[in-house]
Amino acid sequence: MSKTINLTLKVWRQANSRSEGRFATYPAPGIDTAMSFLEMLDVVNTTLERMGKDPIAFDHDCREGICGACGAVINGQTHGPQQGTTLCQLHMRQFEDGQTIVIEPWRAAAFPIIKDLVVDRTAFDGIIKAGGYISVKTGSAPDAHTIPVPKANADLAMDAAACIGCGACVAACPNASAMLFTAAKVSHLDLLPQGKAEGPRRVMSMVEQMDRAGFGNCSNEYECEAACPKEISVSHIARMNRAYRRAKFAGAP
Amino acid sequence: MLNANIPEGPIEQKWQNHKFKLKLVNPANKRKYHVIVVGTGLAGASAAATLAELGYGVTSFCIQDSPRRAHSISAQGGINAAKNYPNDGDSIFRLFYDTVKGGDFRSREANVYRLAEVSNEIIDQCVAQGVPFAREYGGYLDNRSFGGAQVARTFYARGQTGQQLLLGAYSALMKEVSRGAIRLMPRSELLDVVLLDGQAKGVVIRNLIDGTITSYAADAVVLATGGYANVFYLSTNAKACNVVATWRAHRKGAFFANPCYTQIHPTCIPVHGDYQSKLTLMSESLRNDGRVWVPKKKGDRRAPGAIPEDERDYYLERKYPSFGNLVPRDIASRSAKERCDQGYGVGSTGRAVYLDFADAIERLGRPVIEARYGNLFDMYKKIVDVDPYRESMQIYPALHYTMGGLWVDYNLMSNVPGLFVIGEANFSDHGANRLGASALMQGLADGYFILPYTIGGYLAEQAPLEASAVESAAFGTAQKKVEATIQKLLSIKGKRTVDDFHRELGRLLWDKCGMARSEAGLKEALEEIPKIRKEYWENVNVLGSEGEFNQVLERAGRVADFLEFAETLVIDALGRQESCGGHFREESQTPEGEALRDDEKYAYVAAWEFKGVGMKPKLHKEKLVFETVTPSQRSYK
Ligand SMILES: Cc1cc2nc3c(=O)[nH]c(=O)nc-3n(C[C@H](O)[C@H](O)[C@H](O)COP(=O)(O)OP(=O)(O)OC[C@H]3O[C@@H](n4cnc5c(N)ncnc54)[C@H](O)[C@@H]3O)c2cc1C
Ligand code: FES
Repeated sequence: MSKTINLTLKVWRQANSRSEGRFATYPAPGIDTAMSFLEMLDVVNTTLERMGKDPIAFDHDCREGICGACGAVINGQTHGPQQGTTLCQLHMRQFEDGQTIVIEPWRAAAFPIIKDLVVDRTAFDGIIKAGGYISVKTGSAPDAHTIPVPKANADLAMDAAACIGCGACVAACPNASAMLFTAAKVSHLDLLPQGKAEGPRRVMSMVEQMDRAGFGNCSNEYECEAACPKEISVSHIARMNRAYRRAKFAGAP
Repeated sequence: MLNANIPEGPIEQKWQNHKFKLKLVNPANKRKYHVIVVGTGLAGASAAATLAELGYGVTSFCIQDSPRRAHSISAQGGINAAKNYPNDGDSIFRLFYDTVKGGDFRSREANVYRLAEVSNEIIDQCVAQGVPFAREYGGYLDNRSFGGAQVARTFYARGQTGQQLLLGAYSALMKEVSRGAIRLMPRSELLDVVLLDGQAKGVVIRNLIDGTITSYAADAVVLATGGYANVFYLSTNAKACNVVATWRAHRKGAFFANPCYTQIHPTCIPVHGDYQSKLTLMSESLRNDGRVWVPKKKGDRRAPGAIPEDERDYYLERKYPSFGNLVPRDIASRSAKERCDQGYGVGSTGRAVYLDFADAIERLGRPVIEARYGNLFDMYKKIVDVDPYRESMQIYPALHYTMGGLWVDYNLMSNVPGLFVIGEANFSDHGANRLGASALMQGLADGYFILPYTIGGYLAEQAPLEASAVESAAFGTAQKKVEATIQKLLSIKGKRTVDDFHRELGRLLWDKCGMARSEAGLKEALEEIPKIRKEYWENVNVLGSEGEFNQVLERAGRVADFLEFAETLVIDALGRQESCGGHFREESQTPEGEALRDDEKYAYVAAWEFKGVGMKPKLHKEKLVFETVTPSQRSYK
């Protein structure tokens, strides 16, 4: 059953990428625990708007945990306290009456802040652009049943492909590394026969782009796995590292 | 009468013949042509990627920070194709037939046939791209059945089919970005379409990060900007879904077709509070194993588990024995409303029915149910805090999809030459009701396999645009108008928030133009909408300035267009004095309460021409001719 609770928010406010940010404190009274976290922010924003104050900017779209647009660090935890949950799917029943909630944007050199909680994640698109695809032209595909794919591989590929590109893995990593994001894509495509042909070139190129974009190195902290709202396993990082070594050894371009 | 340019010949040969007859652009000349594609959902991403592969220059715009986040990402259930892998009697003809019938005989036969025809290629393409569809132990693709069909023709990737298909199309897009063939412009919103000599030759775009307004010219413009369900405020659509692009094109002369055909999805999580920002869909695939019921006794407030079997009314199985829980969406939605109107509804508001898996769990075991619906059950639990493995889900219908959209001919070109419209943004394939798993099919059919050919037929007859075109007066005027509208919104400084108006409009439409519509109700809506719009332009409060990241301003522009568009939607609903598909007029029903069509009078597409804000739009008709399927009263009994 839902009830109402009173909260205090400490929110990172920053006008744009060039200006300095700071925390601002807002009361959030009478919050229905059946609300989602973003609905709670909507309510606070409505109050701010009515007072003529600039509402808190945050990215969001599907509000169903699938588009990967939303995300913030809540009391030090990416996407908040609930395991395997995006911020939009986090509900206020996870919080206590009287609690203070600190809300910050993803912090990573490769993700500059645009405004408040909104960051620029185009560096992720850059990694995909570097090779996160299978080079097949429209219309040139054989019948879908030409190559059977063992169910176990298909399922594992799907586990990796479930990544929503939200960036929590980077925000949670002490080195701001994008290993889990990159490995999930490499793994997804490598596990399928269709993706094999380009495998060596793909892994080399994506890893290089990841470094170039300013993401840090992986030092096996595994914070990324714990932070991932889709619970993508770090075993994909191991798989990528193997693929990378193999490709490098074979002298892939 | 509008001419849809449907090719001659038997239905099975129309598309092949037409493709052959379409003029081709010489491969060496293709790079001289530039195409703007607005939207990166399944339709836009697949179109942009394919056009670039063919050699055209492409610029791709979208609102989100990455093309991968387009609304298509949230589609859950699956995508249809006529592969007949399960060998259960499917065929291109059957998929075509089911779609025409499912659309309640209000779609264009030739388009639907073509859709069914290319459906198989879509699956081949996606598998080759690495879309991890569900497979059986033999390594072959698995299929399931979906509402409105009696064969299993739906391909799926867990409960995330839209995500996987979109990531496939996005990867194709990024492959072309990497080649330098596509210029990618995320966080960009189209605010006008620009015509030169009556042809669409460009767009005006607002950069959502810093607010700059820029004009872009091209040889053709493709709108793949999705549907307008958010005119109802509460819907299953993503928050950024809007009518801006299609509405601004409409204001520039493009006809808006069948806006009253809106789809209400039967299985969504019921409304729980007035802070609610959106409604969450529980995939239709749940009806494969879930059974829908209400208590036999009115106002029965016992917990569902405490209500014995013989006191439950499995009303879909009772009313429609041959389709049971798998009746099409419009019928399932209306039946739920009917039970709740009669006082049998459950939940705290009485506006919910049960969807129950107890039988399925007993028959198949929990692991099977978990594999099929695990992520949906988890999502339900997160939102509602009830475990659906133990207790029945509560569901209620919600606005979900819009069949109406900009009018297009067989080439997917609107009545404005050079303006092409694909995906949910056009009107063409689903008639008055869309069958489950057909929107993904249509988006990818349009983008991968249809538009890239038909646009060539148009471009072949055009000389490539001069680079200086973007400096012509038409662009300057359009840009000034866009800027003036933004200034106007910012200068009102009224007392009510943008969302407040949006909610008010949504409630009005849901009440008067939702699941059931009557002449009196629609007329009331037509009185109210202009009042809300008038107050909006006097009393809305849009904070901040134009030259910055300003989400209030973004929403304000979208709501302003919804307030104009809503009137056309209601006018269309009022004019169509018959019930068909998702459009249910209370005056037009059979004695059993089923939708009653009037083919004599209404077998046409209503395409509306803009005549000014608050002015009655002008009706153009496209007569629907059924040469292959004979319209009949739909029956799922
Ligand atoms: C919850 C849910 C589940 C669904 N499940 C299924 C399913 O299982 N099977 C099925 O077949 N269908 C399903 N559908 C329907 C289907 O997902 C959509 O109809 C389809 O994805 C629409 O694709 P699209 O490419 O036409 O548009 P969208 O995916 O909506 O993309 C629109 C694009 O246009 C851009 N855009 C919009 N306006 C502007 C503007 N003014 N300026 C610039 N860019 C703009 C957006 O940024 C976006 O990139 C579902 C829908 C919902 C809501
Ligand atoms: S808003 Fe889409 S994942 Fe949260």
